[in-house]
Amino acid sequence: MIDAPPSVVIEGLRKTFSGPDGKPFDAVAGISLSIRPGTLTAFVGPDGAGKTTLMRMMAGLLRPDGGKLSVLGIDLLVDPQSVQNRISYMPQRFGLYEDLSVQENLDLYADLHGVPPAVRAERFSRLLAMTDLASFTQRPAGKLSGGMKQKLGLACTLVRVPDLLLLDEPSVGVDPLSRRDLWRIIEQLIEAEGLSVIASTAYMDEAQRCDQVFVLNRGALLAEGTPAALTARADGLTYVVTPDADVPARDLQARLIDAPGLVVDAVPSGGQVRFIRQPACDDARLKELLHGCDAQPREAELEDAFMLLLHEHEGPAREASVPPPLAAGRADGPIPGDDGAPVILVRDLVRRFGDFTAVANTSFDVRRGEIFGLLGPNGAGKTTTFRMLCGLLPASSGELRVAGVNLRTARAAARARIGYVAQKFSLYSNLTVRENLDFFGGAYGLRGKRRQDRVREIIRQFDLDPSAPSGNLPLGYKQRLAMAAGLLHEPEILFLDEPTSGIDPLARRAFWRTITALSQAGVTIVVTTHFMEEAEYCDRVAIQDAGRLLALGTPREVRARSGTAAGHMNEAFIAIVEQARAAEGHARVAA
Amino acid sequence: MNGAPFLRRLIALIRKESRQMLRDRSNLLVGLLLPMGLILLFGYGLSFDVTDAPVAMVLEDNSAVAREAVSGIEGSPYMVPVRVGTMAEAEAMLRSGKVDAIVRVPVDFARRQGQGDARVQLILNGLDTTMATSLEAYVNGAIGTVVQRRMDRGGVVGAGVGNVVLVQRIWFNEAGDSTWYLVPGLVVLIMTLVGAFLTSMLIAREWERGTLEALFVTPVRPLELVLAKIAPYLVVGLIDLAMCIVAARVLFNVPIRGSLLVILAASLLYLIVSLLMGLFISGITRNQFAASQMALLVSFMPALMLSGFVFDLRNVPLVVRIVSQLVPATHFVGVVKTLFLAGTDWAMVLRNGAIMLGYSLVLLTLTWRTLRKRLD
Amino acid sequence: MERLVASLAQILALCRKEIIALLKDPANRVILAAPIMIQSMLFGYAATFDLKHVPYAVLDQSRSAASTAFLARLDGTGVFEREATLASPGQIAEVIEDGKVLLAISIPADFATRLAAGREAPLQVILDGRNSTTAGAAAGYVAAVTMAFNKARGAASPITVERRAWFNPNLDSRWQIMPAMIATLSMLQTLLLAALSIAREREQGTFDQLLVTPLTPLQILVGKAVPAIMVGVMQSTLVLLVVRFWFQIPMAGSPWLLYLGLLGFTGASVGIGMSISALSLNMQQAMLHTFLVIMPLTLLSGLLTPVRNMPDVLRIATYANPLRFGVDLVRRVYLEGAGLGDVVFDFLPMVAVAGVTLPLAAWLFRNRLA
Repeated sequence: MIDAPPSVVIEGLRKTFSGPDGKPFDAVAGISLSIRPGTLTAFVGPDGAGKTTLMRMMAGLLRPDGGKLSVLGIDLLVDPQSVQNRISYMPQRFGLYEDLSVQENLDLYADLHGVPPAVRAERFSRLLAMTDLASFTQRPAGKLSGGMKQKLGLACTLVRVPDLLLLDEPSVGVDPLSRRDLWRIIEQLIEAEGLSVIASTAYMDEAQRCDQVFVLNRGALLAEGTPAALTARADGLTYVVTPDADVPARDLQARLIDAPGLVVDAVPSGGQVRFIRQPACDDARLKELLHGCDAQPREAELEDAFMLLLHEHEGPAREASVPPPLAAGRADGPIPGDDGAPVILVRDLVRRFGDFTAVANTSFDVRRGEIFGLLGPNGAGKTTTFRMLCGLLPASSGELRVAGVNLRTARAAARARIGYVAQKFSLYSNLTVRENLDFFGGAYGLRGKRRQDRVREIIRQFDLDPSAPSGNLPLGYKQRLAMAAGLLHEPEILFLDEPTSGIDPLARRAFWRTITALSQAGVTIVVTTHFMEEAEYCDRVAIQDAGRLLALGTPREVRARSGTAAGHMNEAFIAIVEQARAAEGHARVAA
Repeated sequence: MNGAPFLRRLIALIRKESRQMLRDRSNLLVGLLLPMGLILLFGYGLSFDVTDAPVAMVLEDNSAVAREAVSGIEGSPYMVPVRVGTMAEAEAMLRSGKVDAIVRVPVDFARRQGQGDARVQLILNGLDTTMATSLEAYVNGAIGTVVQRRMDRGGVVGAGVGNVVLVQRIWFNEAGDSTWYLVPGLVVLIMTLVGAFLTSMLIAREWERGTLEALFVTPVRPLELVLAKIAPYLVVGLIDLAMCIVAARVLFNVPIRGSLLVILAASLLYLIVSLLMGLFISGITRNQFAASQMALLVSFMPALMLSGFVFDLRNVPLVVRIVSQLVPATHFVGVVKTLFLAGTDWAMVLRNGAIMLGYSLVLLTLTWRTLRKRLD
Repeated sequence: MERLVASLAQILALCRKEIIALLKDPANRVILAAPIMIQSMLFGYAATFDLKHVPYAVLDQSRSAASTAFLARLDGTGVFEREATLASPGQIAEVIEDGKVLLAISIPADFATRLAAGREAPLQVILDGRNSTTAGAAAGYVAAVTMAFNKARGAASPITVERRAWFNPNLDSRWQIMPAMIATLSMLQTLLLAALSIAREREQGTFDQLLVTPLTPLQILVGKAVPAIMVGVMQSTLVLLVVRFWFQIPMAGSPWLLYLGLLGFTGASVGIGMSISALSLNMQQAMLHTFLVIMPLTLLSGLLTPVRNMPDVLRIATYANPLRFGVDLVRRVYLEGAGLGDVVFDFLPMVAVAGVTLPLAAWLFRNRLA
C-alpha cells in the first residue's frame, strides 16, 4: 500500500486568470503536493482558495499555465482523455439534464462509461437504494429537491467504480440529513471498493473524516496533514465561555469577534460561546473583554486549526474587510415600536400543489426584533413557507399576517414593509452596485434626495464599492449587496433564504455579525439555513419536515426536545427529523 | 476496441438528445408545425402574381374608337376595370388604395388617332413597384392586342409594313406561376430554419446550464457530441423535407422534373451544412440569446435575402453577388430549383454538391473544435 | 395625485434599470445596432425586383440587316447583355438550364423575308421561368423593345401609352422596400426583447426579488414595455436615417406622423411580445415562440406579396397583424406624404392589437405568477 505510486502528483502547479479588473491573478499559485492512492483526501479553504481550479485541472478541464500535473501516473498535459476515461468527477454544480428522468440520467452516464448491462442492474439498485431515489426513478431530475439532485449527481458519477473520484464541494446547499447520507455513500464505497477519493469542502466535520487534509487559501497551500496533526496546531488556544444568564450568547460572541487583536474566532454554541484566543493575547485584556465570565479551556477541533491558519495567512488585510457593525446599535432598553404584538402571525397555514400538501397546518408567531430560524431538510416545505411569508406565493388556506397586514388581502402593502434576500444571488449582475441599489430604492418608492441619502448611507454601512459591477463581486460581497438592497427601505422584517449557503466560514462570521447588529436595532429577522451551528444565533427556531412543524422553541429547548445529549445543533436536528419520520412510518404501518 | 464503445456512446447520446428535443414542445412547434404552416402559406397564401387588379378607367373621350382602344383591359384576366367619371375621383381612389392604376383616355383621343398620334395615360401607384411594373406590362399588352387586331383587319396606318411579333415561351414554368418557384425555395427556407435556428441553442444551453462539465470528464469524444446533437434534428429536417415534396407535388402541382433521389441527397447535404452551422454558432457564443440572434443573422437572413430564393441575384450589385456566393444556401437554391423545375443538370449538381460538402467538412471541424473538452 | 406620482416614480426606476441593463453590455449594444444596420444595407442593395442586367443568348438564323438592327436595339438598352451567340437550336437548352442566361432569342431564317413582304415576322423568346417574377419583367422589356422597333419601322401601335408613376416616378423597387423596412426590421428585436424580458428574469433568478418589491404586475408590465418600445423606435430611427441619407429616398410626409405611427406599431409589437413572455417558461421557449409568431407576421404583411392576392381567410387574419398596417402606414406617410386622415385606418388595427395584448399580458402575469 505504502509502495503504490501516488494517485496524484502536482509540482509547482500554476493557473492564472484575468480578474474582473482586467489584471491577471493566480488562482493556483505554485502548489506542489502528492496524494496516496486508496485514501480519502480533502481540500479545504475559503472562497477563492483555488479548490475548484485545482479540481478542474485534475479532471483535465483546465490547462495549467505552469508546473507538472499527473493523475494515475498519466501526464494530464499530454493525454487528458486517458485520465478522463478512468476517473469520475462531480463538479460543484452537477449538470443533471433536468428534462430527463432520474433513470435516464443514470442510463446516460452508464452508457458513456460503458457499464455492461449485467453489472448495471445490480449497481443501479445499490446506488438507488443508497441515495433513497429508488421510488423516484421516473421523476424528471429538475423536479427533485436540492439534496436529491446532489445525490443523483453523485450516483451518476458512481455508475462505475473509477480509479479516482473527484468531488468538488459535494455538499453545498445540502441539508444535514442529505449531507450525512452523501458521506455515508462515499465511505461505504471506499470500504467496499477501495476507492480513492479527493473532495473539496467548506465543512470541517467533513474534512475531519478524511485521511489527509490540505488547507488552501488564495491559491497557496497553507498546511497539510492528518486531521489530528492539523488540529494539534490549535491546542491550548481554544476556550468556551458561558455568558451571564440574561445575556444571549450571540451578544457575547459579537463582542468577542469585534476584538480581533485578542480573539481569532468566536461562535455561539449550546448557549455558550466557543472561541480561540490569539496566541500572543494579553490575559488581562481578554478577561476584561469577557466581562468577568469564566472561560474554560476546551479540546481543539479541526475548525479551530483552520481558522487559525487562515487568520495567520490573511493577516490584518482580511480583518479590514469585515463590515463594521451597523450604526446606532441598540444596547439596552425596549425595542423601538414594540407593542408586544407578534410581527408575523401564522395560523393553520396550508399550501397544496395539486394533491400534494407542501405545508400542512402550520402555526407560529415571530416577535418584533427576534431572529427566527426556519430549519428543515431539502423539500421539507420550508421554502414554500418562506415564499408565502414574503408574499411570493398565496396560501391555500389559513391566516397570515406580516407586519400587521393580512397577506391575503394586501400583498403590496405588506411587501413595502419587508426586505428579502434570496438564496442565490438575485440582483442584476450586469449592473453596478449603485445601479442596483438605485433601482431597488426606486422600486420601494424611495425618491429624490431621500433615495440618494439612503443609497449613500447603505453603501457606507456595508463598505461597498459603488461602481463595481455586482456580478464580479466575491461571494461574500454579493451577499452584502443583497442585504443592502433588502435593507434600503428600512423594512421592519428582513427575510433571508439560506444566506450563507456556499459562503466560507470567514464571510459567515461577518454576515452574522451584521445580523446580530440589525436585530439589536430592532429589525425582525427570519432566516433559513442548512448550517445547524448557525441556528445558535437565533432566538427561536422552527424545524419542519414533510410540510409539518416538528419543533418550535429556543435552540436550547429544541436541543432538549431532541433527547440527544447537549451536543451540536446538527445532531439535535437529525434526531428530531428521524424521530418524526419513524413515528410517521409507524403510524402508516398501523393504519 | 474503438468501434464498439464509440457506437455505444453515440447511441446513448442520441437517445439523450432525442428525449430532450421531444420533451420541450416548443421545439416541435418550430420544427414541424411552423414548416407546415409555411408550406400552406407559401402554397396558398402568397403569390407575386397580379390577378384581378382593380384599374380605374377614365374615358374623357367616350367615342367608339376610344372605347375600343381600351377594350382589351376588360378582357384581361389580370385586371378588373372600374369605370370612373372624372379624373379627380379616380385620383382619390388611387390614393386610398381602392384601385391600383388609372387608365385615362384624353378628350382629344379620337382626333389625334386620326393623326396617328393617339395617347393613353397610365397612372400607377409607385408604392408597390412590383404591382406597378406588372400592370404597366399588362396595360401595354392589352392595348397592343387591340391595335394588332385592328391592323390585321387592315385600314390602319402602317399596315403592310411588316412587324415583329413575339412568340414567348417560358421554360420550366409555362404558366409563370410564382408558386412554382416559391415552393422549391421553401425547402431551402425550412432546412435553414430547422437546421440553424433550432440547433443554435443546443450547445449554448448546455454551457448555460452547466451540464457539459460532468459530461466532459467521461470517455465521451467531442465528435460523438456533435454527431449526437445533429441526429434528432436531421430526422425532423427529413420529415419537413418529405412534407415539402409531397405538398409541392400533391397540393400545388409543382413538377419534379429532376431525379427525386438527387433532390433528397442534395437536401440532406444542405441540411447537414445548416445543422452544423447552427451548432458551430452555438458552440462559439455559449449563450442562447446571442446564438439565436447570430443564427438568424448569418444563416436565416442570407438564406432568405442573398440566396436567390426571392430576389434574383442577377439584379444585385457585384459586391452583394460575391457575398452571396459565400452563402451556402445560394448553392442549394440553384440546385433545388433546377431539380424541381428543369431536370437533373449533373454538372450543376456535382459542382454545388461539392461546395456544400466542403462547407459541411469545414463546419464539422470547427464545431468539433468548439467542443474540445476544455473550460478555458 | 401624490399616489400617481409615486407610482410613476416606481415605474421610472424600473424603466431606468431595464435600459441600463440593456445598454451597459457592449455586446448588447452591438446586437441592438449592428444587425439592423447590416440588414438595412442588405435589403437596400439585395432586395430588388428591378432587372438591371438581363443576360441573354441569341440564335440568329436570319443573319440579315433586319435581325442585326433588332439586336442592336436590344443591346442599345443597356439592360440586355449578350452572353452567348448560339449556332444551333440544341444549344438553347444548355445555356438556359445552367442559368447562364435569363432568356434566349431565336430569330428564324425567314425573319427578314417576312418583314420585307410586309407580313408578321415571329420572333421566339425563351425565358427561364425558375423565377417567374424575373421572367415576367424580362418579357416586358423585350416586348417594349419590339414595340419600339416596330414603331420605328412605321408599323406598330399608333397608340402611345404614357406612363406616370405616383410617389415613385422611376418605379424603383428600392423605394417600395426600404421605407417598409423602417417598421419591419425593428420588429424582430422589439418583439424578442419584450418576450425575453420576464423569461430572462425568471431564468436568472431575479424575478422573485422584483416580485417582493411593492411593484404591482401592472407597474412591472409598463416598466418593461416602455423600454422595449423605446428600443424599437430607436432602431426604426436608425433605419430611417439609412433610408433617407444613405439611399437618398426623399421623404414626403411629416416626421411627427411617422413617429406617431411607429409608436403605435411598436406598442402593438411589444404587446405581442409581452404576452409571449408571460406564456413562456424560459428564455429558449420565449425565443422559439417569438420566431413562431414573427414568421407568419412577416409573410402576411404584404411586404413581399400583395395582401390582395391572399385567400379570404388569410386576408381577414391580417387585420390582427400590426406589421401589415405598420408597413402600409410608413410607406404612405414616407413616400406619399399622407396625412393623419389618410392613415387613420392603419392606426385602428394596431391600436386595437396593443389594446388587447398589453392588458392580456398583465392579466397573464397576475394569473400565472401567483
